[in-house]
Amino acid sequence: MLSASLKRLWHKLGSPRWFFALTESWVKVAGWSALVLLVWGTIWGLGFAPADYQQGNSFRIMYVHVPAAMLAQSLYIGMGVAGFIGLVWRMKLTDVAISACLPLGMVITALALFSGSVWGRPTWGSWWEWDGRTVSTLVLFFLYVGIYALREAIADQELRARASALIAMVGTINIPIIKYSVEWWNTLHQPASFGLTQKPAMPSEMWLPLLVMVLGFYAFAGFIVLVRMRTEILNRELGARWVRDWVQVRSER
Amino acid sequence: MSSLLRREWQVALRAKGAIINPVAFLLLSTTLFVIAAPDTVSSDAAAGILWTLVLLTQLLALDAMYRRDFDSGVLEQTLVSAQVPFVAVLTRIFMQWLSTGFIMVAVGPALGILLGLPAEATPAIALAMLLGTPALSLLGSIGASVTVGFSRGGVILALLVMPLFLPTLIFGAGLVAAAEAGSSVMPQVYALSLISLVALAIAPFATLAGLKISLEMQ
Repeated sequence: MLSASLKRLWHKLGSPRWFFALTESWVKVAGWSALVLLVWGTIWGLGFAPADYQQGNSFRIMYVHVPAAMLAQSLYIGMGVAGFIGLVWRMKLTDVAISACLPLGMVITALALFSGSVWGRPTWGSWWEWDGRTVSTLVLFFLYVGIYALREAIADQELRARASALIAMVGTINIPIIKYSVEWWNTLHQPASFGLTQKPAMPSEMWLPLLVMVLGFYAFAGFIVLVRMRTEILNRELGARWVRDWVQVRSER
Repeated sequence: MSSLLRREWQVALRAKGAIINPVAFLLLSTTLFVIAAPDTVSSDAAAGILWTLVLLTQLLALDAMYRRDFDSGVLEQTLVSAQVPFVAVLTRIFMQWLSTGFIMVAVGPALGILLGLPAEATPAIALAMLLGTPALSLLGSIGASVTVGFSRGGVILALLVMPLFLPTLIFGAGLVAAAEAGSSVMPQVYALSLISLVALAIAPFATLAGLKISLEMQ
């Protein structure tokens, strides 16, 4: 009984039309919570959190940098999971998800690298250090670029979907190996040239705003991905009757 | 299986360029490096340079990995007629490794000498090549399978597989450097073996999926 209804839900999830109707309200929820959380977290983190006793005010870049770095990885892993589902169950919707996550993930990874670089200038004394974490984020950016280039090169929609799903999956399997090997490399080559890569135990006035910002970034990503997915669905189903009906209903409102 | 291997072997023997060209490229690029930056000879950078050049050589060879069989239709026939396509793919990867990575096991130490690495490090170079290059052929095969249908797939192939090569590069160069410094090479040996085994677990399936996509692209 339960498995039958779960199975039905699974099949429904694969249907663009059903997904489109379902997420109509989700977009608003994600969008508004992103706005509230980001404004709240930014004011709290930049204005009211105490300055760091070592780094002064420059530590506040963390409120952008940490959520961006987390999201950068999550979006890639999300693409890998979507790719796996797409390849195994031949779901159309997963490629829509990949196409929505890809540009956002690239931009967010670039933001993580840029904000880290800006933070590194006053803290480490240079714009760029070949630190282990920096390098693994850079490699993550290259992984995004690879899929982007691949998608650009394949004209056929179905084949593009399968190829990028495959590469996203392979990349996701390799992410932990790349991460740990780069960290190992870093500790071998430049041991403890700076002690700040270890996270200091922060007081709650510092990490609570960070938590709000992380949640805000994820809500923001959810919002962007949903909007992009819905736009992509409309684009792909342009000829379908339900799309025409939907547009009609919208324009009459 | 044996007939597949025999065919691949004969093709490899008749296309001598496939074996000689990568070696020539490797020698040439090493020479260029030493001429452009003489200080790198006998320096700490030598092991890293050697591995980077091996990686680039492998990348060049990968572009041709499936191309000829793809263009002539042999690939499609092999995948259709093979009882276990998985084995056919694995055979192809193995032969590709024999004609590139395995050659590096022999050529690598000699290049190490050219780059001024101490003679005691030569067994370590051979060991690093033996353990590391299978991962390059296996992971590279995934990228080659997806890009074989493109008329100009070289750059995309590089973008796809270079990030995946990074762990091999780190531990391969690390193994040589550790041997040079006289410390234990076992951590790198384990790491390289692990990377190659993980690559062996995923590459044949992923390559098969990639080749099917490319064949439909035709």
